[in-house]
Amino acid sequence: MGREYIYLDNAAATRLDERVLEAMRPYLFDTYAVATSQFGYSPGIDARDALDDARARIAAVLGATPEEFIFTSGSTESSNLALKGVALALGEKKGRHIVAGAIEDFAVLHSARALERQGFGVTRVRVDEDGRVDLAHLRESITPETILVSIQAANQEIGTLQDLQAIGEICQEKDTLLHTDATHSFTRVPLDVRAAPVALVTVSAHTVHGPKGVGGLYVREGTPIRKWMDGGFQEFDLRPGAENIPGAVGFARAVELVTPEETARLRGMRDRLTERLLEISHTRVNGHAVHRLPHNANISFRFVEGESLLLHLDLRGFAVSTGSACFSRSLEASHVILGIGGNHERAHGSVRFTFGRFNEEGDVDSVAEAVTEIVRELRRISPLGKE
Amino acid sequence: MALPYSEIVMEHFRNPRNVGKIEDADAKSVEGSPACGDMVAVYLKVDGETQRISDIKFESYGCASNIATGSIVTELAKGKTLEEAKRITWKEASEELGGLPAIKTHCSVLAVDGLRAAIQNYEERHGLIKERVPTTVELVRKRLKRVMNPMAGLDLVRTKLVEEIEVSAGTVRVAIDLPADHQFAANIRAEIVEKIEPLWDVEQVVVEFSE
Repeated sequence: MGREYIYLDNAAATRLDERVLEAMRPYLFDTYAVATSQFGYSPGIDARDALDDARARIAAVLGATPEEFIFTSGSTESSNLALKGVALALGEKKGRHIVAGAIEDFAVLHSARALERQGFGVTRVRVDEDGRVDLAHLRESITPETILVSIQAANQEIGTLQDLQAIGEICQEKDTLLHTDATHSFTRVPLDVRAAPVALVTVSAHTVHGPKGVGGLYVREGTPIRKWMDGGFQEFDLRPGAENIPGAVGFARAVELVTPEETARLRGMRDRLTERLLEISHTRVNGHAVHRLPHNANISFRFVEGESLLLHLDLRGFAVSTGSACFSRSLEASHVILGIGGNHERAHGSVRFTFGRFNEEGDVDSVAEAVTEIVRELRRISPLGKE
Repeated sequence: MALPYSEIVMEHFRNPRNVGKIEDADAKSVEGSPACGDMVAVYLKVDGETQRISDIKFESYGCASNIATGSIVTELAKGKTLEEAKRITWKEASEELGGLPAIKTHCSVLAVDGLRAAIQNYEERHGLIKERVPTTVELVRKRLKRVMNPMAGLDLVRTKLVEEIEVSAGTVRVAIDLPADHQFAANIRAEIVEKIEPLWDVEQVVVEFSE
């Protein structure tokens, strides 16, 4: 991907930052041992120190203690652990009911579905037309049998931010654990686990210019949770397997490289792009106008279909994402757009643009121009909108 | 690995042939809907004497497969007789395009269906249907499955808007569960008439709305 190709799908994956690679390098070629116990050989002790150091640095950003943060293979695994781990710990003791937001990402929704197949009840909480959780519906969804509520910090597609404070208070009031998937908001939107009443937080490295294949789960001290993978005692006996030390180190470095200034710059690009795209007729923003991820813009274009829009953009050197059914692997239209009350047509015409560190100011005008021309051309050949 | 689409598909995607409307078309069809994510409209001009397709245009809403197939199918159909054009298959279209991914079959079949529906529309309008199947309630219901409910993007039958169908002595009466002053009442009436009136034994189509 040279500069000629402009990448605007940072929500899916980001380019690694060179400084992250530099931080990881020693743990690939010099200190490549596993993290042995403190009674092991010295390279192993060095490896352990690096792992613990990475852990402490990421925990600090969350406001957690090091013992409350474990590394996983990514946010999908983290969310699986949160839901299934709590189910394993409390399913027999407290109850067999789980509450999840209707527009959660697949790791949460499919884990909940898997638990449903095992006999757990699952209530999916409604969201409003902007994607904000209906707090009244949340409150009435929680029963004495509810063992976990899972509501994301930010939506992967439409960028809407949830009011974790209010949601957490409801869960506290109802004496239920709260898990939040912060994959898309971590480092871009502040989250302090000492202030927010949240017991479990999913995070991931590859959304913040860190390496793929590594994520983490914050587990508040005292949270009833059991491991669901077997094979060892690593990560405080919650996640066995040889630790991905280069990954952990890279994750910590990536997290520290995100600055408020950078986030402000991305927000500026998001806003300018949104403004330019709304100049095209028959367009609308998906997701909340104010409470949204600083780097996420999601617009629906009427009368044109997302996959052909995406392909035209690719031919012109831009990468974006769409909620169109043709694009998804399951051939189903975006459950998020449908979940906020949008119809299939709106899902098929939706495009997500997500900015990252390596986007330049000029990218906004370039893609806005390209989209304007492409939409004009696709509308010309479309049977719709001609009345 | 390159994109899953062949060079030919990409060419027809970037520069689709025969795009547009024919204002005084001899026949027209619309298949699919925005709700499906795929929609094709086909317009025909037919030489009455030779029964050859003298002009054909299409409009498309959908993915690259949909657009490319619409383009190739209209190219294949141009100049052919109605009988020849009827025999154009999806497989043939796909081969002309250098192959299409299997998972995209449903997107591109629509263009072939659109061509066939347009030909059928022509034949009905010009009394060319050889086998005269008497119009029944079932047949009308089947046709109403191709009339879209603009609000839901699904057809009238699926969205339970069809309350009653009556077929008697050349008159087809369709009762629709919508108020007469509903925003889409006129559109729906027009589309129903368009799809039912061409039938050989139908003299009149009456569309009634509820109170």
